[in-house]
Amino acid sequence: MAVANDDLILDVRNLYKYFPITKGFIFQKQVGAVKAVDGISFNIRRGETLGLVGESGCGKTTTGRVILRLMEPTSGEASFEGRDIFKLKKEELRLLRRNMQIIFQDPYSSLNPRMTVGDIIGEPLEIHNLARGKEKMRRVQELLEIVGLSPYHANRYPHEFSGGQRQRIGIARALAVNPKLIICDEPVSALDVSIQAQVLNLLEELQKEFGLTYLFIAHDLSVVKHISDRIAVMYLGRLVEVADADQLFDNPQHPYTEALLSAVPIPDPAVRRERIILPGDVPSPVNPPAGCRFHTRCLYAQESCRVDDPELVDYWGNGHFVACPILPFRHQRSRAAVLKPAAR
Amino acid sequence: MAEPLLSVRNLKTYFYTDEGVVKAVDGLTYDLHKGETLGIVGESGCGKSVHALSIMRLIPQPPGKIVAGEVFFEGKNLAHLSDEAMRRIRGNRIAMIFQEPMTSLNPVLTIGEQIAEAVMLHQKLDKKAAWGRAAEMLERVKIPLARERVRDYPHQFSGGMRQRVMIAMALSCNPSILIADEPTTALDVTIQAQIIELMRELQKEFNMAVILITHNLGVVADMCENVVVMYAGKPVEHADIYRTFQDPKHPYTWGLLHSIPKLYERKERLIPIEGQPPSLIDLPSGCPFAPRCPFAMEICVQEDPPDYVVGSNHTAKCYLHSEYADEDHLKRAAAAGLAASTRSGSS
Repeated sequence: MAVANDDLILDVRNLYKYFPITKGFIFQKQVGAVKAVDGISFNIRRGETLGLVGESGCGKTTTGRVILRLMEPTSGEASFEGRDIFKLKKEELRLLRRNMQIIFQDPYSSLNPRMTVGDIIGEPLEIHNLARGKEKMRRVQELLEIVGLSPYHANRYPHEFSGGQRQRIGIARALAVNPKLIICDEPVSALDVSIQAQVLNLLEELQKEFGLTYLFIAHDLSVVKHISDRIAVMYLGRLVEVADADQLFDNPQHPYTEALLSAVPIPDPAVRRERIILPGDVPSPVNPPAGCRFHTRCLYAQESCRVDDPELVDYWGNGHFVACPILPFRHQRSRAAVLKPAAR
Repeated sequence: MAEPLLSVRNLKTYFYTDEGVVKAVDGLTYDLHKGETLGIVGESGCGKSVHALSIMRLIPQPPGKIVAGEVFFEGKNLAHLSDEAMRRIRGNRIAMIFQEPMTSLNPVLTIGEQIAEAVMLHQKLDKKAAWGRAAEMLERVKIPLARERVRDYPHQFSGGMRQRVMIAMALSCNPSILIADEPTTALDVTIQAQIIELMRELQKEFNMAVILITHNLGVVADMCENVVVMYAGKPVEHADIYRTFQDPKHPYTWGLLHSIPKLYERKERLIPIEGQPPSLIDLPSGCPFAPRCPFAMEICVQEDPPDYVVGSNHTAKCYLHSEYADEDHLKRAAAAGLAASTRSGSS
């Protein structure tokens, strides 16, 4: 890609993650694999937000976890500021995790109910030898204020908080070690609509204040569009399109992206759109279709799509990558006319 | 206008718990007409699901109790029906589908058995005819190879297909009302689009009224004709979708619409609704939204606002539309795009 290497904070190449399916109890033998992540490459620039969207089971969460090495990859490379994450030893990995943190989807299960909020946020400080005792408490209180809670909340337990407040605690915990990259795994999906906006605004403020880089994993396209600079669309373990957020929404080139965008219900009754209804369900990742993974549901599929496995290509040299050899020839068509709200 | 099919009058459903009285639904009123699609919108805990269970008389008692109000279905007060008579309505004349289809299907019975059971019970068909009806319904909801799949178990279907099965089951007795409680929330967006399209088609085909309960404003704008917005057990605004979305009169509705990111609008910052939804136990006096409302006045924390008529078939529970509103508040609300209506009396 046309970016100087030191601008990249994360560079992922040919990442694979298969989960074995075994048969038998004592003599287990592998009979197949769930191909959760099946060869993806992407990068994240310093200070940007890369949105990773896709439907359930497409492998987006697995991607986030493998990058953090919460799971070991099957193969592939991922370099964080030039160092290959997958080759690090235990101690080096601990140091790396100071730079890379995660915010989880479910604020109910990701906080230990037996620990006080102060202990939860303070734990990473101790693990990374950043602060202890009084200094730790001072830092915890500071973090609570940064995320919009009060210092006295440190002595309370997670069950005393609402979903939105718990998510703020999760954010404070991630911020505790001054990370450079935060992987946000569906951080607002479990929250009520009126609370989502509060947390999204907080994430944006923190990004500006601390110069954070986000990998923002979500299935809600409106949310991803709002927060991301660039967006990667995932389908069945593969990336099908990567582009600037505006570019992707105004001029989607992959048939899956196009269908996905058209399927989002717009909260405005005056907007009547041509909706593309995809036939059928997402195939099983155990036995993904040969050729292009999307061809079984694609409205434009041709004979060659059943055979040729398309790669992400930057057809126009502007950082708009598409894994579809058919559509680039329809480059100039304007989806905007169909997708944008009609004049009232 | 013609006699409404379903008429809910000042419905109040409370739960008596150890911590106190939870006023889950607190004074809900609306009419549903033949063929209409009514959206009930609100966030978790606003009472939208409890209201549906109240209509169906499925509230667990105790701890729950319908403490006041009436529900009339085709002119009959449902509360006065015997259990036997209610069973003839539930699942037959008024059917319901739920958010998570897997928990509403019996995992050890084939879907054919489950659909046929309802048909045999309500339509008095024999077994063979009932199975035929089951297969026919699966075809109507566009399940591929329906005649063979009748003999499959729920786990052999994907999430979207299971929701289709639920819809087939609900429609198998030709109900006049379908209550759909978050029918697409558990589904992916491309599958959601399939189900919405299907429900639209079937609604026309069966000429039934639909009550769509959801938190997703996009789905409401897509499917409904009229909307009731609920907050903390109370219906705060009631209008057709155009008025609700383009000219909201209640600060909560207005706040919700501003806090969601829009797909085709570039916005630097979202305008969130500050604070948290209140606990439904021992709600303070006054408007439940007052603590979060940017336009709250003195009266708002003292007394619960009544419904104010703010347009034709448009009501809002908000003092901004009453004689209590002063110039300053009206100006601020208008500046924010929340136009106060021409003042009119309480309904």
